[in-house]
Amino acid sequence: MKDYAGVMVFAEQREGRIHPVTYELLGKGREIADKLGRPLSSVLLGDQLEAEARELVYHGADRVFWYDHPVLKDPDLVNYKHNIVRLVREVNPEIFLLGATRWGRSLGARIAAALGTGLTADCTGLEVDEDGSLIQIRPAFSGNVLAQIKTSTKPQMATVRYKVMSSLPRDTHRNGEIIRKQAELIPSPLTITGKERAAEADIAEAEVIVSGGAGLKRAGDFSLLAELAELLGGTVGSSRLPVDSGWIGREHQVGFSGHTVKPKVYIACGISGSPQHLAGMRESGCIIAINSDPSAPIFKIADYGIVGDLYEVVPKLIKNIKRLKRCNS
Amino acid sequence: MPELLKVSITEDINRRSGASLRIIVPMKQVPDMRQVKFDTEKGKVDRSSAAAEINPFDLHALETAVQLKEKLGAAVTAISMGPRRAEVALRDALARGADSAVLLEDSKFAGADTLATSYTLACAIRKLGGFDLIICGEKTVDGDTGQVGPELAEHLNIPHLAYVSKLVEAGEKLVAVCDMEGEAHIVEASLPVLLMVTKDINIPRLPTFRDKAMARKAEVTIWNAEELSSFADPSRFGIEGSPTRVRKVFLPSEEGRKGKIFRNTNEEAISDVAQAILDFLG
Ligand SMILES: Cc1cc2nc3c(=O)[nH]c(=O)nc-3n(C[C@H](O)[C@H](O)[C@H](O)COP(=O)(O)OP(=O)(O)OC[C@H]3O[C@@H](n4cnc5c(N)ncnc54)[C@H](O)[C@@H]3O)c2cc1C
Repeated sequence: MKDYAGVMVFAEQREGRIHPVTYELLGKGREIADKLGRPLSSVLLGDQLEAEARELVYHGADRVFWYDHPVLKDPDLVNYKHNIVRLVREVNPEIFLLGATRWGRSLGARIAAALGTGLTADCTGLEVDEDGSLIQIRPAFSGNVLAQIKTSTKPQMATVRYKVMSSLPRDTHRNGEIIRKQAELIPSPLTITGKERAAEADIAEAEVIVSGGAGLKRAGDFSLLAELAELLGGTVGSSRLPVDSGWIGREHQVGFSGHTVKPKVYIACGISGSPQHLAGMRESGCIIAINSDPSAPIFKIADYGIVGDLYEVVPKLIKNIKRLKRCNS
Repeated sequence: MPELLKVSITEDINRRSGASLRIIVPMKQVPDMRQVKFDTEKGKVDRSSAAAEINPFDLHALETAVQLKEKLGAAVTAISMGPRRAEVALRDALARGADSAVLLEDSKFAGADTLATSYTLACAIRKLGGFDLIICGEKTVDGDTGQVGPELAEHLNIPHLAYVSKLVEAGEKLVAVCDMEGEAHIVEASLPVLLMVTKDINIPRLPTFRDKAMARKAEVTIWNAEELSSFADPSRFGIEGSPTRVRKVFLPSEEGRKGKIFRNTNEEAISDVAQAILDFLG
């Protein structure tokens, strides 16, 4: 019997900054590791990221395997995979988690195939059952249903959706060990020759999203939603129909084939609440629905709903929020 | 207008006179997700409830391959693992520009997760002989994992580029734009390589009646597990080779939501909601 060494979390970094999904995974990983009575470790590859390695400890890791080399600054698929596969074979974690970002999915699938182990994509829930195996929960069939999946090989691997798990509060008194590892580098057939930042703010990061759907009468009416969004420090989202009509860019689409979002407040205006739309915003903190049809499914998942014409309700809402803000200041 | 593929033909490609690019496009037949019903009792998609089609994401992969064929000369092979009826999807691929089609069909392949699927495809691709490019879609509409492409590349020991939204150059080397959420990476790769393309890369063409008629008569090669055996460990096929298992399927619950619905739009209701929003934002 191999002795399995707990839970390992891949620490995703971009330009030297830890992606927040990493801390969320450490939060969940801590809970699972404690339940199993095993350690929680994390693997960080990058260029001069010792301070970031310590952050991983502050967010819950008992051990951080830290690889430091200029070649690892960029997401180098070949070298990341090679070194992580070696580490997993050495340390033998029973569970290995990555964020379900594009990079995490791409890298995770390669690691899983190299190890010949199972990988569950885009999980929104993780639990351990009586015999200590990992129960992975993920949306299936366009988010209409949830599936529970178990893996018979080790490590049990999963990519986990961003903004679903909660991170632990940062605690600089937390103790942990940073273990410096020597990277074994191989010549990569892939070279990143340039990078471009997307101009648009990432909707997945927004704290408030005001979304419009087919209830809008014309493209220009998104400005009404933008006014409300701006007032709340948020951004504008959309169901698929306005995007398909070319009224707003695809980067604003929320749902199964768009973005998955988890803002503090999600305001759906003139959106019926199709399963494909719900798949992208179900995890939002507070859901507000404005729809003229009292039987619209969106009301079933709303914290607050207003049955009415969005062209009447949204301006009134703007007025009231302005008034309340004035009162509070 | 979609931006056309800008392709620079390198000397190397010219020198390999006669020998054009060999491109493989793995594809999956899926139910039409707009119609299909879900059987919550059995925890399964009720495939009889909807027509089957090529996974929409795979059409972009095929279109990428066919455009390369038009620019550089290439032999495009569509390959699919599935039941006999998936032959229809492969004929559709032939009508849309693939030159040959291979169906991997055997009850031993059934119940495969992404690991077993990618392994089986890798074995068949080895049997096909050499290749320069494998092009696949970013995910399937029914499985929605996006894992088969990178796993396939790993089994074949070649690099992959994920979420390719544009090919800048294709020839001796390949330059592609990869969309990595808020950031685009321009990546250079040598062949052979696997590309996982997004919907943004092109608009797939529709087959003409003539193409469809021709595809109906074309031959689809069918291989079973036995025919892959000299390239494979059969214990890694299908359900036996699949480490992940769906234990159960259930409906998401919306418990814990306040569900306070105002049926009129008077000032009081609006004010309550406005207050709730501000409270929530702290
Ligand atoms: C494979 C697949 C993927 C998909 N992916 C997505 C996705 O990512 N995101 C997505 O959103 N959809 C997606 N869809 C589409 C989805 O099925 C629905 O068609 C879509 O979400 C409906 O958008 P809607 O709610 O804006 O429009 P509708 O369903 O037409 O709803 C419009 C609503 O507006 C209300 N309304 C009308 N006028 C007013 C008014 N003046 N004031 C207030 N309310 C009003 C109506 O009562 C109605 O409820 C996908 C579909 C498929 C098959």
